[in-house]
Amino acid sequence: MPASQPPEPTTARTHTLRVDGLGVTVGQQRRAAVHGVTFEIARGESVGLVGESGSGKTLTCRSVLGLLPAGCNVAAGSIVLGAGDSEVELTTVRRRGWDRIRGLRLAAVFQDPASYLNPSLTVGHQLAEQLRVKRDLSRREAHARSVELFVEVGLHRPEQVFHQYPHELSGGMLQRVLIAIAVALEPELLIADEATTALDVVIQAEILQLLSRLRRDHHLSLLLVTHDLAVVAETCDRILVMYGGEIVESGPTGEVLTDPKHPYTRALLSVASIGDWTRRTLDVIPGSPPEAGEQMSGCRFAPRCSAAREQCTAGPVDLTPLDAARSARCVRVDELALTSVGGVA
Amino acid sequence: MSAPLLVVRDLTVTYAPPRRKGSLGTGAALSAVDLEIHAGEIVGVVGETGSGKTTLARATVGLVRPAAGAISFEGKELGVLRGRDLRDFRRSGQVQLAFQDPLRALDGDLTVAQVVAEPLDIVGGLDKAERRRRVDEALGLVGLETSFRDRHPRQLSGGQRQRVSLARAIVTRPRLLFCDEPVSALDVSNRNLVLRLLDTLRTELGLAVVIIAHDLSSLAGVADRVAVFYRGRLVEQGPIGEVLARPAHPYTALLTASAPSVQLEDRLHPDQLRHPLGDTGRTWSDGACVFASRCAFAHDACDEQPALLTVAGSGPDPTRRTAACHVADAWRTQLDPPLDRLDPQKEAVS
Ligand SMILES: Nc1ncnc2c1ncn2[C@@H]1O[C@H](COP(=O)(O)OP(=O)(O)OP(=O)(O)O)[C@@H](O)[C@H]1O
Ligand code: SF4
Ligand code: SF4
Ligand SMILES: [Mg+2]
Repeated sequence: MPASQPPEPTTARTHTLRVDGLGVTVGQQRRAAVHGVTFEIARGESVGLVGESGSGKTLTCRSVLGLLPAGCNVAAGSIVLGAGDSEVELTTVRRRGWDRIRGLRLAAVFQDPASYLNPSLTVGHQLAEQLRVKRDLSRREAHARSVELFVEVGLHRPEQVFHQYPHELSGGMLQRVLIAIAVALEPELLIADEATTALDVVIQAEILQLLSRLRRDHHLSLLLVTHDLAVVAETCDRILVMYGGEIVESGPTGEVLTDPKHPYTRALLSVASIGDWTRRTLDVIPGSPPEAGEQMSGCRFAPRCSAAREQCTAGPVDLTPLDAARSARCVRVDELALTSVGGVA
Repeated sequence: MSAPLLVVRDLTVTYAPPRRKGSLGTGAALSAVDLEIHAGEIVGVVGETGSGKTTLARATVGLVRPAAGAISFEGKELGVLRGRDLRDFRRSGQVQLAFQDPLRALDGDLTVAQVVAEPLDIVGGLDKAERRRRVDEALGLVGLETSFRDRHPRQLSGGQRQRVSLARAIVTRPRLLFCDEPVSALDVSNRNLVLRLLDTLRTELGLAVVIIAHDLSSLAGVADRVAVFYRGRLVEQGPIGEVLARPAHPYTALLTASAPSVQLEDRLHPDQLRHPLGDTGRTWSDGACVFASRCAFAHDACDEQPALLTVAGSGPDPTRRTAACHVADAWRTQLDPPLDRLDPQKEAVS
């Protein structure tokens, strides 16, 4: 594993997660699916990771969680959780080491909550067991704390829910149970990968609200993964836009949404849930994203970019800072800003 | 307007034992639903899980028998069809259902062409050349090149798979197509692509399309009308622009207020419209308004389910817009904070 430079102590103390130059390969041919992904999440900060299907969002999250599918590997980069004394380089953690990290310091919720629960045990038992084992609580204490947590995640009749099996609960309730389990041990970082995608809008809004509240009350950092920019609009402080395995734009949510710098971000905005019911256009991003491992010279978005010029594919395009808070991976970013479309009207 | 293609009157469907505990207390999956669908029209059907959307589709194709009410297709009463007649109707393929990602359940060895051709087996009576022609026609309509014929579903992206499932649904040349959650598994760009495709099919085939969705925003760009379901009841329906701009039912308002939006504007907040689960502090009778236990405007009269009535002062043809709420015209005045603080443009009477 590469040893990155020790970070400056001042910044280090404030960060929950620092990912630097992450590369992930998939399959036997070790095709590069994620490359050079670098970002940070500050303590208590909420960051949205957004991009089309196949852009590498899930592989990035799973690398952080040490849960890459078989055949997928972290090939480059460093992932540092915590700061100061509690700092740990996650890419070097091996099997047993994860027991002291996953669930305790890092937690995650996914799109299909049912598959992360044991169908033959009550949901209360599954939460209480974790508290008993990892927090050393007595059976009675664990039960009481579980019910408190169920209340906190907005489950109605928590005592009753405690004794129910996963199949007896709706998708929205199951996701609340999973969130209760995820935050039970007060992790530093919660990763939500498309956690609300399968839910209807009312429940989705409730879960997003819940995540925001938990973040505030528990000083939790949040990494929210979705394909729809609209989902992160109200929940995240900052947005990372991913395309073809790379981060192509990052910046504060409001700025990115009102003044996107990268043509791909503009394209994503044009297809996002606008919330303006009078707008009756259904835009699509023409073409399809590159496959994992696809060799391309220069900008990976070029084949689909209406602003592409020869210069775009001449050589590597770096993620370049635009100001203290924003960066973009586009060689024409300055020219395009002059003819800015100014985001959604 | 021409005679409707599909007329649903007072439709009630009950599944013998409740299918999932707690989802529908009474066991009624649909109660007293009225709906009309015209040729060439796209109608969005929205509602949460278990609200009866899929049941409506299943009843219409004759997969479940209604407990009460009537369904007629092109003036033909379906409820009275028995035995052979019913089988013939199903076989005609005039009404087709496209389920969410149905290909996942299929044999992985089948090719795209075989998958698409399958409904033709049920229709029967076509020779090999005609079948091939129909399959190519269907693939062409959904924008898939014939080179996809021999691929296997697992070699396709989510968006391509959804297009194959649409090709499969239109291969019998139906008059009415029910799409159950056609886009909820797709990313935003593919979602729009598939919805645009449905729009094209409606134009080119004069097809009536019912899109079942849990996401209102995706319907805004494509549907002409929308029907909102809550716990087996049709609670509001009408032209989509009017319904979304000024919902008449508090649940519809909750849906629009909850929809994600990249516009960080001031608008109704979900908390203004509903109580947290189980927080109304009163119990309602079985016959109460289906939304009463969550509704911020529930009052004594709500102990009785309101009928679906014309919404006053809406649109050019008021009969096209109905809602089932005792205070459909008045709940806005009780909003906290009052409406004038909220986006005036959005709330303007359309
Ligand atoms: N287990 C795997 N084996 C081989 N390739 C994989 C595997 N998982 C992902 N990939 C490939 O890696 C790339 C990134 O996939 P990833 O799942 O991270 O995308 P994503 O952004 O999460 O997409 P989605 O929005 O569909 O969840 C894709 O090209 C995908 O096909
Ligand atoms: S570098 Fe060129 S091709 Fe790439 S996004 Fe910018 S303008 Fe488009
Ligand atoms: S009838 Fe009563 S409970 Fe039902 S939606 Fe209207 S105000 Fe709410
Ligand atoms: Mg993913």
